[in-house]
Amino acid sequence: MNGTRTTATIEADPTVPIIRITRDFAATAAQLFRAHTDPELFARWVGPDAMSTTLDHWDARTGGSWRYVSAQDGMEFGFHGCFHEVRPDRIVQTFTWEGDPDGVALETLTFEDLGDGRTRLRTQSLCDSFEARDGWLRSGMEVGVDQGHAKLDALLTAGGIAGTARGAGA
Amino acid sequence: MTDPLSQAFAALADPTRRDLVVRLTDGDATVGQLAAPYQVSVQAISKHLKVLEQAGLVSRRAEGHRSPVHLEAEVFDLMTKWIERYRQRAEARYRRLDVVLAELDDEETGHRPTRAEETA
Repeated sequence: MNGTRTTATIEADPTVPIIRITRDFAATAAQLFRAHTDPELFARWVGPDAMSTTLDHWDARTGGSWRYVSAQDGMEFGFHGCFHEVRPDRIVQTFTWEGDPDGVALETLTFEDLGDGRTRLRTQSLCDSFEARDGWLRSGMEVGVDQGHAKLDALLTAGGIAGTARGAGA
Repeated sequence: MTDPLSQAFAALADPTRRDLVVRLTDGDATVGQLAAPYQVSVQAISKHLKVLEQAGLVSRRAEGHRSPVHLEAEVFDLMTKWIERYRQRAEARYRRLDVVLAELDDEETGHRPTRAEETA
């Protein structure tokens, strides 16, 4: 797991319904933590570009909870969850999209200091079923960006289904 | 599990089936050829292939051990595409986060007057 991850890398685990994303930032762990817990900062980056995100409720402390609504063209998407643990190097929280109110994912975020003012963010989303996980992956289709086909061997590396970054600078 | 992507992922959750798929990337092979390196019976390999077939990952023109098994690469392309698009969305989110973080940096270091401004 060495080397820089200047663009996000993703892995959909074939044996458990997990999505893992890793990305490096030119910021300290403390700054990254702040951008994830300060409501005004968080609202600025979380939603898709075309959407505006409003934080309905936000208590980023261990045992706290949150809810936000993303809106676009009169359509609203609500999300809510609980902060299971909030500490400077790690946030654990539940995540529910209100369009599927019975579904809940467990998200673990870690901020790893890489030195030189760089920090690696790892997010792991454990969904409650493969169907739910694959539903999330499929939701990426809405972006509708046409990219070249990834190679079959990349998909099958290490016996897993691992997509790797092929963007600029990767 | 009715939706095709879930079926494909579920079929690949088994290490033997993943191994079979990797070997089929070299070209079509019969059940007998595929079963040869394993300690398990041809019937067991046949069962694995049936799961892969139902998930749309492989195809056979006919039943039977002599009929070659063919890998349906398009399904993998589709899975890869979905994962890649999800990744791109995450990357777009993180680029917005980059901007927010850069501003935090300015807040911490940039708002103090520089020495040039102080002496001016």
